[in-house]
Parts: sequence; C-alpha cells; structure tokens
Amino acid sequence: MEKIPILKMGDFLLVTVQVDLYDRLALGLESDLVNMIRKYSSRGVLIDISAVNIVDSFMGRILGNIAQMSKILDAHTVVVGMQPAVAITLIELGLPMTGVHTALNVEKGMAMLRDKLFLTEETPNDSDNN
Amino acid sequence: MITINSETINIKTEQDAVFLRNRVSEYANKIKMGLVNQTKLLTAASELVRNMLRYAGGGKVLCEVISQSVLQTGIRLTFIDNGPGIPNIADAMKDGFSTGKSLGIGLPGAKRLVNEFQIKSQEGEGTSVTILKWKNG
Repeated sequence: MEKIPILKMGDFLLVTVQVDLYDRLALGLESDLVNMIRKYSSRGVLIDISAVNIVDSFMGRILGNIAQMSKILDAHTVVVGMQPAVAITLIELGLPMTGVHTALNVEKGMAMLRDKLFLTEETPNDSDNN
Repeated sequence: MITINSETINIKTEQDAVFLRNRVSEYANKIKMGLVNQTKLLTAASELVRNMLRYAGGGKVLCEVISQSVLQTGIRLTFIDNGPGIPNIADAMKDGFSTGKSLGIGLPGAKRLVNEFQIKSQEGEGTSVTILKWKNG
C-alpha cells in the first residue's frame, strides 16, 4: 500500500507530501503521524504541502484533525508551503482551517516550531504567536 | 455552445478519482485555463467524486471541453450515479448539512467554485451533478 514517508528530526517529525493525496492516503498519514508522535515523544510536526495541487474538504479536515490530535499529545503542527491557488480555493470552498498553524515555507515553519517549543518550556502560560 | 471533446470516465475506486483529476487537469492545460480556475475546478470535482464513491459506490463522469465563442472555452463535468438519490436537494445544498460524518461543505462548496452548477436527483434512481468552469470565468 502506498504511504507518505515521515522523517524524524530531533524533536520534530517532517512530512513532505509529494504525491496526489487521496482519502485513504491522507487517513494513513493521520494514524502514522499520531503513532510516531507517541513513539518518539515528538514535540512538533511539520507538513510540507508545496507539491499538493488540491486540498478539498476531506483533506483539509484531515490536516485539522492531525493538528488537534497532535495537540492532545503535546505536539504542535505547522502546515507549510501551501500554493496560493490552493489557499484561494480553500477559502471559497468555505473550509475553516481553524487550529492549523501555517507558515510560508519549511524554514519559517521550523522556526515557528522551535519558537513554540521554547515558549512552552520557558513560560507556563501558553503563548501563541502566529 | 459546441462540444469540442468528450470522454467518459468510470469511477469505482479512489484511484479512479486521482485518474479523473489528472485527466481534467490535462484538458484544462490544453485550453490554457489559469492555475486558480484549474485548482477550483479540480477541487470541486474532487468533492463530487467523493460523494459519488461514498453515497453511491461509484458512477461515471462525462468530461467535455466546450466552446461558446472563439474566446470562451471551458470544461463541463457531469457526475452520474445510480445511488440512493438525495431526498431533499435544498437541504443537501446547505452549508454544514451532512447525512454522513463530513463537514457538509462538499456540495455547496463545489457550487461556489464553479461558474455553473446543476443538480438533479431521483430517490432510488440516482443523482446527476453538472458543473461548468469557463477558462476565464
């Protein structure tokens, strides 16, 4: 069965989606990620969707689910590299990407995850700067 | 309005949905549809194919390249299934309405993404949804 690879890098997990997403693939990614967060006690997840041409309501919901599930497991999720046409389409479709942190590219996404990790470890109150 | 090209694609599995997306994308490139319009069309198609697979177990999609004038060309997709049909179309077109466990934005969202949208359904016989996206629409 086709799978999206997940790379472990220190405290973070990296996912680069390089193929056309379909429902079962997205669901597989969701459960694989949650299991890997648990296995490696990861503190952050970065999902690069720069090669993804279509995000419809189902895949958008999966991204939201991943963000919420990882939050419960004490990890932050950042989705990076969304194509402008995808962003336009998502908003017209009416998909609320609430609770999903986004960044323009992988570098900014990694910086965001490091900031969040630093902030949550330094200060007891949960500060959010997106 | 004339049809320049037409093709029927059978949908039985999720992989067929990926094939449909690629095919529609090829047609869209051929008529030089812009990236944003193309993404909207493909996303709408993706929503409708999912409905077809989930509620009717599959069906077929008629893909047509149509032309209204020399300048205005577009792509029309007709999704036909023999599923249970939709008892109340007005409800199904409402944002947030779903008989499944989804967000309920598939149908109304797809309508927002295209230029023309038609839905016909007969309970017990099936559903047919037609969407049209103009190249410069």
